[in-house]
Amino acid sequence: MLILTCPCCGIKADETELAPGGEAHIKRHGPGSSDAEFEAYLFTRANPRGVHFERWRHAYGCGKWFLAARATDTLEVFGTYPATSTAVPDAILSRIRARRPDWIKPDRIKPA
Amino acid sequence: MKRYSAFSIFREALRNNSGWQRAWAAPEPKAQYDIVIVGAGGHGLATAYYLARNHGIANVAVLEKGWLGGGNTGRNTTVIRSNYLQDPSAAIYEKSRSLYETLSQDLNMNIMFSPRGVMMLAQTEHEVRGYKRTAQANALQGVATEFIPPARVRELCPIIRIDGPRYPVLGALWQPRAGTARHDAVAWGYARACSAMGIDIIERCEVTAIRSNAGQVAGVETTRGAISCGKLALVVAGHSGHLAEMAGFRLPIESVALQALVSEPIKPCLDVVVMANTVHGYMSQSDKGEMVIGGGADGYNNYTQRGSFHHVEETVRSLIETFPMLSRLKMLRQWGGIVDMTGDRSPILSKTPLGGCYVNCGWGTGGFKAIPGSGWAMAELLAKGHSPLAEAFGLDRFREGRFIDESVAAGVAH
Ligand SMILES: Cc1cc2nc3c(=O)[nH]c(=O)nc-3n(C[C@H](O)[C@H](O)[C@H](O)COP(=O)(O)OP(=O)(O)OC[C@H]3O[C@@H](n4cnc5c(N)ncnc54)[C@H](O)[C@@H]3O)c2cc1C
Ligand SMILES: [Zn+2]
Repeated sequence: MLILTCPCCGIKADETELAPGGEAHIKRHGPGSSDAEFEAYLFTRANPRGVHFERWRHAYGCGKWFLAARATDTLEVFGTYPATSTAVPDAILSRIRARRPDWIKPDRIKPA
Repeated sequence: MKRYSAFSIFREALRNNSGWQRAWAAPEPKAQYDIVIVGAGGHGLATAYYLARNHGIANVAVLEKGWLGGGNTGRNTTVIRSNYLQDPSAAIYEKSRSLYETLSQDLNMNIMFSPRGVMMLAQTEHEVRGYKRTAQANALQGVATEFIPPARVRELCPIIRIDGPRYPVLGALWQPRAGTARHDAVAWGYARACSAMGIDIIERCEVTAIRSNAGQVAGVETTRGAISCGKLALVVAGHSGHLAEMAGFRLPIESVALQALVSEPIKPCLDVVVMANTVHGYMSQSDKGEMVIGGGADGYNNYTQRGSFHHVEETVRSLIETFPMLSRLKMLRQWGGIVDMTGDRSPILSKTPLGGCYVNCGWGTGGFKAIPGSGWAMAELLAKGHSPLAEAFGLDRFREGRFIDESVAAGVAH
């Protein structure tokens, strides 16, 4: 069972209390953006086998959104952080690098 | 390759089963192939089979990181049906279903296709309206289905509780020639037929990188060495995102765990497949007598082939409402597979941003039924560059907004 600590209320919540919200840090492109950018925002997903950043909602708790860093191949949780973060906090990045020295932050992948 | 027949069983019985041959060869990978297919699940193997049979292309390798059929093809609940609403889905799934009718003869392997009929229960007014509409659409598409009243549901399936308090059965969409088949035999049958036509099936060979040259695919790196190829087909279901990343692009796909479970074997009591989409559960009885039950999918990305326990609980809880006699059954096994869910829940058969590289994925929770038809269309796409059956399932539909308005791979296994 997946357990995440809600950074808003501090409760260690199991997954029956949480609603998954998909990939985090996706940029919503505004007016004048290309079809490709809007497609990327709506549909194109990272879907890595490994470190992944996601949105979650503490649906049956405080009701607030938050973000989580997790490994999809082991279900290990690296930490949770506020939904207002525009980038992954350094503390979480260093925790991931300590556990997975080979991990490369996947900025290089371009949307199809 | 020696043919399987009633006579061969008789002959082998007389000589202590000493004359059976290997069903497929285990060759060393060659340095170069015309076409390399990644993934020896049903879809990859069927693609290879129809490449050789329909298009005469046999310089083909199918690379598999584990063992053949060990992915979702060997983990599903084997429901086969083609009662879809939209024309492109009905076309490819009905092609597939009709190929299943003669697949045992075509492959010379008993895949145990059992057209016992699939019944999709309508348990809300919305479902009644939706299924009536589907039945009308199917009539126009030439797919034989009908909407049946509750009395007929009870006749076909006496163990059902028609007048349940929460979700009474208001009717059902009935497809008499839908059913089940033996999943392993489908993979084995295609593999054996491929091997006999000279296709190399290479197990324990994981693709670790994809090589390209000026925007054109050149080959793959594997745990058994580099292999170059003219064309590359990625047919890896839940691992599609991972392989696409190697090829340098992203897909509109997320990989999640989907579970199924079987009960202890009991006497025959259910000779059709019943699906109850409102309560997210469906069931059939295997030849061994086990009740085969499909569960719900997790909502978050996962590659571990393990699902969450609470989904099993939810599935069983809702099935018991419709089938009260199940309440005393013990469950024998539970397992999970990683399914590839696309943005519109319909599959992708398409060229990709990398030249010469094609994908066949996104079958999600419902691609066992599609194996023959998908292989047929994918082979045509690889051989000719286009295929009428695959036309609507291109990747560009996500950019152009031409979605297929149909949850063919809904949140449950089927
Ligand atoms: C629990 C469950 C129940 C289901 N029930 C039904 C049902 O009732 N009816 C229905 O129609 N469908 C059902 N499905 C869906 C169906 O199983 C799949 O859609 C279908 O089997 C997909 O086949 P495939 O050949 O595309 O994938 P798979 O069979 O998963 O094959 C992909 C192969 O690619 C290999 N691979 C991955 N990465 C690499 C790599 N890097 N190198 C080499 N090889 C690699 C994998 O090892 C795997 O063998 C169900 C699925 C699940 C999980
Ligand atoms: Zn909270």
